[in-house]
Amino acid sequence: MDLFEYQAKELFAEYGVPIPQGKVASTAEEARQIADEFAAVKGDARPLAVIKAQVKTGGRGKAGGVKLADTPAEAQEKAAKILGMDIKGHTVHTVLVAEDTDIAQEYYLSFLLDRAERTFLSMCSVEGGVEIEEVARTKPQALAKIPVSPLTGVDHAKALEIVQAGGLPAEAQAGAAELAERLWAVFTDEDATLVEVNPLVYTGDGRVIALDAKVTLDDNAAFRQDWAQFADPTAVDPIEARAKAKHLNYVKLNGSVGIIGNGAGLVMSTLDVVAYAGEEFGGVRPANFLDIGGGASAEVMANGLDIVLSDPDVRSVLVNVFGGITSCDAVANGIVSAMALLAERGEAVRHPIVVRLDGNNAAEGRRILADAHLPLVEQVATMDDAARRAAELAAAASNGA
Amino acid sequence: MAIFLNAESRIIVQGITGSEGRKHGARMIAAGTNVVGGTNPRKAGQTVELSGRSVPVFADVGAAMAATGADVSVVFVPPVGTKDAVIEAIDAQIPLVIVITEGVPVHDTANMWAYATATGNRTRIVGPNCPGVASPGKSNAGIIPADITSEGRIGLVSKSGTLTYQMMYELRDIGFSTAVGIGGDPIIGTTHIDCLQAFQEDPETEAIVMIGEIGGDAEERAAAFIEKNVTKPVVAYVAGFTAPEGKTMGHAGAIISGSAGTAQAKKEALEKVGVRVGRTPSGTARLVREVMQA
Repeated sequence: MDLFEYQAKELFAEYGVPIPQGKVASTAEEARQIADEFAAVKGDARPLAVIKAQVKTGGRGKAGGVKLADTPAEAQEKAAKILGMDIKGHTVHTVLVAEDTDIAQEYYLSFLLDRAERTFLSMCSVEGGVEIEEVARTKPQALAKIPVSPLTGVDHAKALEIVQAGGLPAEAQAGAAELAERLWAVFTDEDATLVEVNPLVYTGDGRVIALDAKVTLDDNAAFRQDWAQFADPTAVDPIEARAKAKHLNYVKLNGSVGIIGNGAGLVMSTLDVVAYAGEEFGGVRPANFLDIGGGASAEVMANGLDIVLSDPDVRSVLVNVFGGITSCDAVANGIVSAMALLAERGEAVRHPIVVRLDGNNAAEGRRILADAHLPLVEQVATMDDAARRAAELAAAASNGA
Repeated sequence: MAIFLNAESRIIVQGITGSEGRKHGARMIAAGTNVVGGTNPRKAGQTVELSGRSVPVFADVGAAMAATGADVSVVFVPPVGTKDAVIEAIDAQIPLVIVITEGVPVHDTANMWAYATATGNRTRIVGPNCPGVASPGKSNAGIIPADITSEGRIGLVSKSGTLTYQMMYELRDIGFSTAVGIGGDPIIGTTHIDCLQAFQEDPETEAIVMIGEIGGDAEERAAAFIEKNVTKPVVAYVAGFTAPEGKTMGHAGAIISGSAGTAQAKKEALEKVGVRVGRTPSGTARLVREVMQA
């Protein structure tokens, strides 16, 4: 789970990582009130505040999502322009109104996973404030990569090693090292997979503070963390939200063939095979990713079909199951009961369903489906042919509509 | 001979009294696997009945090894206790621990790996979030279905469970020496490269199938390893060509961020070193047949 900048900064504040004063606003009027509070303290400092779009993507500055304001009136005006803006497909629902910072120098600091080395990594550079991928490409010697052992972590000596390796000047090292130690605490205690500060700023009055904040949390650790305050109802697709409530692993995509399968890898592969097959029918594509997992009971299958069919773009459904632990007769019974269950709920299935069953007890599964004589269910023997048939049916339904 | 797991392997189940441990312990025994015991500190001294066999429960891995000579542990302990279970296995110096548990926090996995490394890497870790290791006809440690394939000459290493089963089933007539499900998490104990090296050294393995997924650069690293170290034919499949950027597809590792980790980049890296890459699972199976006839 990615956090918004203001949420990441709230976490930073809890751990004593220095950040500029700021508050989040969801209307231009609120932005003005926050700027009024700054003005009461700072008088007529220029600029008074910075208004920052809160979106979970990079490149806000370039997109016009970060603006300076000299007065509370100007803060309101700039916030009104930024709110509702679309940045790389993300609508701006909130802005962070922060006090302006007197920037002397900009650095970069992060903690993250090093998948290849199976450990943690700190990256630090004196070249901050620009895209770090750019620094890595053009000036790799300026980006220090320091492995951090999960067993020993980051103490003061390690923190100093990191900021010195990044080439930070002597006057900034003590402040940056202290900040790095606290940032490490955020990384480990909050089960983060990424904590990034870009820029890390050395101010005109000699302080080191985190001007921006990016945090990604590990969803697997939710059971031992309290992350309720980070929930973001605006970002979730309504069908994805309903799927989540039913403990289904569903991701909405932009095609017309609904996909149900078991196992993340097989479902991902099914998306590919449907997209390839769809090329033949004018670019038919998969409508979703849905992994119903190992034990496909009738209820899980009914919920899955229900979710997939609630997407108005869906024209056909492909059920692609390899019976491993689950045997195919159980899956077939699940499909038969699911059709009945949906009919009972008054949501009778209207789109064709192509089913491919293979693996454990496949012959029995196919027999059960055949004997049920479901007019909309069509069985196809192989994954490739089933994908092709589902794409063909979706194309035909779209053309007929 | 197979890799990691053979007919002589003596297996214990950590978490044998839980529902997953019981279910899959019974399945392993039914498949002819030599399950010699299990652990649960609160039920030490008891036995569990699995597939008609009375399996003794021990307090910990060390006690189980001392009493049974176990050399492999399969972990079904839930995420809240997975790290401690694996560290217990490492402390007991069991040669192989296979972590089936899904949903382990990545900080815990990083800790387990660091601990194993700091104590001399005496224990090979497979997983977490993996289907396990199967050497058909010999032993089956984990949740890979035992009856979908046969013993043979293909070595398989895969990030994905069901794609592993699909491939084992498609090539059941040729059969497999060993299939290793390494898991799809961002940090895993045993990598594609570890398995490629073991298969290269295994006289019973003639060809290798490698199944990858979007995310990370494990496949690219495997390609570099193959170029220098693997002389046996390798056929690969990568899932996720059409996956959109920034969306997680079930596996924690299966997310594309930026340009790195795409299926296309992985395919190109593998093909550059002479690995044939299938477009679909069935296409991949056809390529395996071709290289084994050549």
